[in-house]
Amino acid sequence: MIVANKNKIKDMAENLSDSGPGRSLWKDARMRFMQNKAATLSLFVLLVIVAFSFIGSHFAVWSYERIDWNAVGSAAKVGMPSIETGHYFGTDDLGRDIYSRVIQGTQISLMVGILGATVAVVVGTLYGATSGYLGGRTDQIMMRIVDILMSIPYMFVLILLLVVFGRSIIMLFVGIGLLSWLDMSRIVRGQTLNLKNKEFIEAAQAIGVSDYKIIMRHIVPNLLGIVAVYATLLVPGIILAESFISFLGLGVQEPLTSWGALIKEGSNTIMYDTEWQLLFPLAFFVVSLFCFYFIGDGLRDALDPKGR
Amino acid sequence: MSLLEVNNLQVQFETTDGIVSAVNNVSFSLEEGKILAIVGESGSGKSQTVFAMMGLLDQNGHATGSVKFEDQEILNLSISELNLIRSEKIAIIFQDPMTSLNPYMKVSAQMAEVLIHHKGLSKTDAIKQSISMLDAVQIPDARNLIRMYPHEFSGGMRQRVMIAMSLLCHPKLLIADEPTTALDVTVQAQIMHLLSDIQKEFGTSIILITHDLGVVAGNSDETLVMYGGQVMEIATTELIYASPTHPYTQGLMSAVPRLDDNAVKLKTIQGNPPDAMLDPVGCPFSPRCKFSKDICSTHTPELLETGENKHFRACHVAFKELL
Amino acid sequence: MFNYIIKRIGIAIPTLLILIVVTFYLMHAAPGGPFTSERPLPAQVLANIEAKYGLDQPVWRQMINYSWGVVTEFDFGPSYKYHDRTVNEIIAQGFPITLKYGFWSFIVAIGVGIPLGAIAAIRKNTWIDYFAVGVSIGAQVLPNFVMAPLLIIVFTLWLGWLPGGGWHGGDWEYLVMPVIALSTSYMASIARITRSSMLEVLNANYIRTARAKGLPTKTIFFRHVFKPSLLPVISYLGPAFVGLITGSVVIDMIFSTGGMGYFFVNAAFNRDYAVMMGITILVGSLTILFSLIADLLYAWVDPKIRY
Repeated sequence: MIVANKNKIKDMAENLSDSGPGRSLWKDARMRFMQNKAATLSLFVLLVIVAFSFIGSHFAVWSYERIDWNAVGSAAKVGMPSIETGHYFGTDDLGRDIYSRVIQGTQISLMVGILGATVAVVVGTLYGATSGYLGGRTDQIMMRIVDILMSIPYMFVLILLLVVFGRSIIMLFVGIGLLSWLDMSRIVRGQTLNLKNKEFIEAAQAIGVSDYKIIMRHIVPNLLGIVAVYATLLVPGIILAESFISFLGLGVQEPLTSWGALIKEGSNTIMYDTEWQLLFPLAFFVVSLFCFYFIGDGLRDALDPKGR
Repeated sequence: MSLLEVNNLQVQFETTDGIVSAVNNVSFSLEEGKILAIVGESGSGKSQTVFAMMGLLDQNGHATGSVKFEDQEILNLSISELNLIRSEKIAIIFQDPMTSLNPYMKVSAQMAEVLIHHKGLSKTDAIKQSISMLDAVQIPDARNLIRMYPHEFSGGMRQRVMIAMSLLCHPKLLIADEPTTALDVTVQAQIMHLLSDIQKEFGTSIILITHDLGVVAGNSDETLVMYGGQVMEIATTELIYASPTHPYTQGLMSAVPRLDDNAVKLKTIQGNPPDAMLDPVGCPFSPRCKFSKDICSTHTPELLETGENKHFRACHVAFKELL
Repeated sequence: MFNYIIKRIGIAIPTLLILIVVTFYLMHAAPGGPFTSERPLPAQVLANIEAKYGLDQPVWRQMINYSWGVVTEFDFGPSYKYHDRTVNEIIAQGFPITLKYGFWSFIVAIGVGIPLGAIAAIRKNTWIDYFAVGVSIGAQVLPNFVMAPLLIIVFTLWLGWLPGGGWHGGDWEYLVMPVIALSTSYMASIARITRSSMLEVLNANYIRTARAKGLPTKTIFFRHVFKPSLLPVISYLGPAFVGLITGSVVIDMIFSTGGMGYFFVNAAFNRDYAVMMGITILVGSLTILFSLIADLLYAWVDPKIRY
């Protein structure tokens, strides 16, 4: 799931390296991003979802842990979504309020996605930039290690990690983050290699600018674009991974929940005419992922001057 | 009768930002066995002119006007009709031989398919003929090299392969689109020699597209100067070099560095090439022209014969005033 | 080509060894042995059991014994939980099932994805292109664990056409939904990759050359466009394979198909380290083998790779 975007990103990496308009790159990019209706709308929807996950609980009648004893065992009849009972999204089979649980799951899933992506971006950028900047033999060995790690089915290893070190959220996002930095490091390395040989870097070296200044003024700003794009595309990938693990029951543990866990619970009970248990969390999941992908695409188009 | 006659050729591209006119009202003709050079800066529309002739414009491109080859209208023919002309009667070689040859196919397969398709030869015969054509363009050890992939050849050799491939069906007209731009200077000379040898040996007419005036001299009979999608001047190459009569051509000529000139600074033409987005009103060169008058920015000058033999120029300013 | 194969195998073997070493040490780093349970066993009994499974030996020796068994006899040792079964028996039961629906998912992903992407590229900006792009974006947010319950709702609950689970020797009606659920997102990715790479190839200079040669459109497509367009798809096959095999875990959970994923998740809940390790190593070797094949395929198509 995470790797699905690799090819796209590679193209983008190549295209981005040729950038360099006279206007401010970022101003230009923001303008182009705003012109992309799908991306702007997605950004808006995503912000609404985030806001909802923070303030939505103020409107909840039931907390995510409290059990509505009326609904236990007869969720199909009593637990229907309804304004009167206060269960806006209905209840699950244990009589818990889906509305509150979806809010809670949204918080957890988004947090895991963003923190996991942060771990992956930091590790991947440092690793890739080091590898690309040092070059030569070190670079070859470092990239060979990435090759080796990439051909390991990481979800199995992640499940092993979770079983061995206990199923905690921390372990979950550290594990996912540590296993998702591989693509990032390759892209950053390629970009760094590209930049290192560019004339403007040579020019800066020729007039005696220090390495530190070259990195801060010339390399980092040129890496930022691609890192930003890739990070946006990494978040949904990590949310997918987290949901996958939680779906198996190996991720987020009760009473906490996440989109994956909610989808699992919902799909376990679809035989009993309680589709809302599946469809509400599913809708949040699908819409948010859509938004992330559209924003990522929009950012890529905005930061890729060739794609105009 | 001319081999090729182009009249009022116009090429437009539909882009997301609007319609771009790449070529405006281009007219010229080419006699059999002659070499015509089309000269201009990048973006002057010289490549699009010949792409339009062969139906090779990108999907968003559209050509109007008339292109007659051997008295037959060939502009905007259907693909199956065009395929009877492409390679068989008009062949083209492109600027960058590295990307213009298919990197995933052996040279033998890329050459043989032309003969198999157009002449109905068997694969063995097609490869045999391809080898002899590679010999003709002076590729050593063609028998073995033909089994290789394009990336295993050097730049100059690749361009020779391209030329050999274009000559397989003995076309009447060969279009060379910047054939030497991507090559080393020493190799450039070899390729130009090869082209003029071909012209003599096969009697092929050649349209040579270039922005390099050094390539034009001595390698062409006539020269057509383009700017901003329009023809500025057509004359014999000798005349263009000896006494250019158009302000733009004069600018071009004086911008060529000379060994016998001791000037410290290279001469340039002030200003930038025109924006093809704008509607062409007036002479495209007028904003940069030293001799520009009021009429230049409002009326497009017509391409008129000056009275001398086959010399055309499009300029409101009389030749005498330029001296 | 020969050197290239040697070089690739040179990467594959250490990868496998690293996988074995890492999983083995992970298992031993785990708090509590496999026989720690709520009711503590008498010390003597525990010692006997550990001796039986060789757990009283130093870790490095256990690992060498284990690796030796895996490499020479393909023996993953006994299960710690199902006392009468070996890991090999468990794999022998689950693997053929996973293989069957996995194989068909792979075929569907490629067989539908490539033509869909190709048609979208050729007919760019027509309704079929928009359809293909729409499908591939949609499928990106519908991973297997979302597809599977939705399929059950539609085809089992609403329409009543297909059974909601079970295997029954892999009859087609038990195969359809697992295959669709598993293959959709990869089909979509393959379609998207094919489309974008084919658009790039269609704009390549050598395609203009082919057009200038006067070749018929069909010839140009099959001789010049098709092969290079598949290169990015080939490099995606490795990751797609990993994804499919990972997704099989979900399929086994939802459709009760009884493949390897079922045993893996069970083992995860029971801390049956031997089974987890065995399946991880098996899956890892398959993945490594598969990416080796994909790389060789790539080298076969792209002449520039052959050193």
